[in-house]
Amino acid sequence: MSWVNAIIQGILVGGLYALFACGLSLMFGVMKVVNLAHGDLAVVAGYIAIGVITVTHIPVLWSFLIVVPVMAVLGYVLQRTILQGALDRSVLATLLVTFGLSVVIENGLLQFFTANTRGIGSGLALVSGSFSIGSIQIGYLPLVIFATAVVVLLGLQYFLSTSRYGRLIRAVADDKEAAQLAGADYRHVFGIAAAVAFGTVALGGIAYGMYAQLAPTTGTDTILLFAFAAVVIGGLGSLWGTLLGGVVLGVAQQIGAQISISDETLAGFIVFLAVLALRPQGLISRGAQS
Amino acid sequence: MSLATETTARPVEQFRVTRSRRNVIWTGAGALIVVVVFALFPYIVHSGTTAILVQAFIVLTMASMWNLLAGYAGLVSVGQQAFVGLGAYFVLILAINGTSPFAALPVAAIGSGVAALPLWWLVSRLRSGYFAIATWVLAATVMLIIEKFSSIGGGTGMPLPGFAGFDPTLLTAYTYWAGLAVTVVAMLAIYLLLRGRLGLVLTAIRDDEVAARSSGARVGLARMLVFVVAGAGCGAAGGLLAISQLQVQPGAVFSIQFTAEMAFVTIIGGLGTIEGPILGTIVYMVLQQTLASYNAWYLIILGLVAIFMALFARRGLWGLVDARLNLRLFPVGYWLRLDK
Amino acid sequence: MSGPPDGERPESGTPLLEVRDLVVHHGQLRALDGISLRVFPGEVYAIIGANGAGKSTLLRTIAGLHSPTAGSVLFDGTDVTGLRPERRARQGIVMVPEGRRLFGSLSVEENLQVGGAFAREGPWTIERVYETFDWMRERRNQAASQLSGGEQQTVAIGRALLANPRVLLLDELSLGLAPVVVQRIYGMLPQILAAGLTVLLVEQDVSQALRVASHIHCLLEGRTTLEGTPTGVSADQVEAAYFGLAGAAPGPAPEGSES
Repeated sequence: MSWVNAIIQGILVGGLYALFACGLSLMFGVMKVVNLAHGDLAVVAGYIAIGVITVTHIPVLWSFLIVVPVMAVLGYVLQRTILQGALDRSVLATLLVTFGLSVVIENGLLQFFTANTRGIGSGLALVSGSFSIGSIQIGYLPLVIFATAVVVLLGLQYFLSTSRYGRLIRAVADDKEAAQLAGADYRHVFGIAAAVAFGTVALGGIAYGMYAQLAPTTGTDTILLFAFAAVVIGGLGSLWGTLLGGVVLGVAQQIGAQISISDETLAGFIVFLAVLALRPQGLISRGAQS
Repeated sequence: MSLATETTARPVEQFRVTRSRRNVIWTGAGALIVVVVFALFPYIVHSGTTAILVQAFIVLTMASMWNLLAGYAGLVSVGQQAFVGLGAYFVLILAINGTSPFAALPVAAIGSGVAALPLWWLVSRLRSGYFAIATWVLAATVMLIIEKFSSIGGGTGMPLPGFAGFDPTLLTAYTYWAGLAVTVVAMLAIYLLLRGRLGLVLTAIRDDEVAARSSGARVGLARMLVFVVAGAGCGAAGGLLAISQLQVQPGAVFSIQFTAEMAFVTIIGGLGTIEGPILGTIVYMVLQQTLASYNAWYLIILGLVAIFMALFARRGLWGLVDARLNLRLFPVGYWLRLDK
Repeated sequence: MSGPPDGERPESGTPLLEVRDLVVHHGQLRALDGISLRVFPGEVYAIIGANGAGKSTLLRTIAGLHSPTAGSVLFDGTDVTGLRPERRARQGIVMVPEGRRLFGSLSVEENLQVGGAFAREGPWTIERVYETFDWMRERRNQAASQLSGGEQQTVAIGRALLANPRVLLLDELSLGLAPVVVQRIYGMLPQILAAGLTVLLVEQDVSQALRVASHIHCLLEGRTTLEGTPTGVSADQVEAAYFGLAGAAPGPAPEGSES
């Protein structure tokens, strides 16, 4: 029965991975930026949440309402300034700049907060509680996070498909020059997309900090690499593919953990490599990608 | 007269195509003198200094490889630490089985180069941004796999055997010479590669990939060759690392820190020029020595400077020098000379 | 066709669109070498010339996608040379780019909606576009990339119209389309122009251009070789100007042209 538990766990954590991944995928799809600092931003959001909670003693759930919008604004500003500057130069520049940001953020966090891990304690029964269906145990928090991830993805899809700016984002992603001719300032649209990406990854980071520990290097070790693996497994360019990818990754990891506790991460990466080798366009592909 | 009209107005005999502005014999002789001087260091300077220089050699070799990848082949790899680690482990494995670690260095290089082939096959179909992260995942995966083998230290690592009974001063000197040799071979290899056909193909790809393909350039093959060479070079650096640290720990030899160093050194020194990494390494070592006690700070500063330069000074410090003096220590391009 | 009668242009009065001594480079190549032109409200101004003559470069510079090395672009008397393309579009200079350039992953209707996202006040609405091009209504949820070339061209025009432009720039409408389709599209122009729109178009197909234009302007290697009206120039003059044959003098046509 522990296998079934493992698979359920994997599915649930897959939602979180999808939450991490959708921002990465969005930024690449719209402005062709692979943000190597993507995971570190989630950690930053987590640290900010910890700080806000420590200082103001507000309930944990309120920290979302403060930190996520702040990160979204940060995303807009960073995109309009540094990232746009890098985009105007070359693809290489964007990679170098985001990699530089990642190193600066991680070492900055290391310098100011040490390498110790931190969690977002909430004291809520939510975090540690669980319920059972037969012999299967399901934790409340993972379930809520999964549900949140699905809701966010639904919201994102709704936003992209029906709202004016969602249309503009898709239009700019297709042909930014033609969008200019229609009166759209693509730099502003890029900023909106970045804001959405930063907001979702911040959400994921805080959620992650609630049930696991955050450390300066979590951004790359765990978040960035897993997010990317989820995108590749699921299929570049597909929002629901990202959820599928996250779930497959999560399940693979949990199965690996069942085999040997230290094989959790490795199992996920092996599945990633297998997809890369055998079906590089991912499980749900939307036509030509690479 | 514009360049276009000027060139068509003159007879063909008045044109010469040369490899460099100044005579390459001079720079070749100069380089030889520099190498000889460096080779004498263990007799002249304190062993503390040679140890620092070994570090510099490692950084320079890695940075030159990263420069080859990113500056010439357009491949941004954030996973070269995979090869650094592989190189270190090749040396370790051979040392465990009785080979002298120094003799194992060439094997580390070749082995890493060979290992680059299946890795290239896995990631080469990805577009540049995703290619970068994929190399990172590969590096992480390689580390996780190696950690499973307790016979080579598992997750905690182990000391490097093969130096029992070695006189410490002699060991430092040999390590230094090995470092010098690795660096010289690496730079020479890069220079010769870029000076030859590969250099032309890479420049063509850089300018216009579609045109390059349609004129017969084997784009995929060129890139793969560069990836393999860079893998071998980083592998040699990794072997050197193992020797200089006298131990091999997975977390240390597969660290993303190496990529950070390679990338930042190259950007600051000058991407796309062979001289750039040399300049960048000097800056890096000075910075590291000055800030030695401040741990993570020098990486933060380095990162910020690299971001600044990626945005505003893409040709790096060497680019500034080159623009003023038109100096090429490693001439790989062609000049069209108009005889008066 | 609306606008001033053939050959007659106001003595005074501001042109709606004016280009003065425009010089544009593509890297080292001088694509436009001192071009000047004036387009008055209601005109259909056609720019013709061979491949590489600089026609599209001219249009793109007017739209704001290229920055000139020298010279200026004036819209309704105001210098817009420094304005970004989206600002110009919002002010009323809207271009239908060469090759249609629809948003492939968006539906027909979504393409139109984006066109109207920053629209000025004016008569064009999505409803009106559907009335003008009736086939579009049924196919409005289809992905733009699945349409034929001619259908895409029509959607691209509709997208531009929804911005309620004052000047519509049409870049090589005929490119990649069968002659029958081209004729049909140009045949729709009168309906569009009935709303008092001014059109500046670039066209490689000279006969097509001569059929719809009230004024023509020929470019060759970045320079003006002929300016005039379709009735005021002879076929020989056009041919000479187009191909740059001996006897083609740069500048306006000698007879029957504007005063």
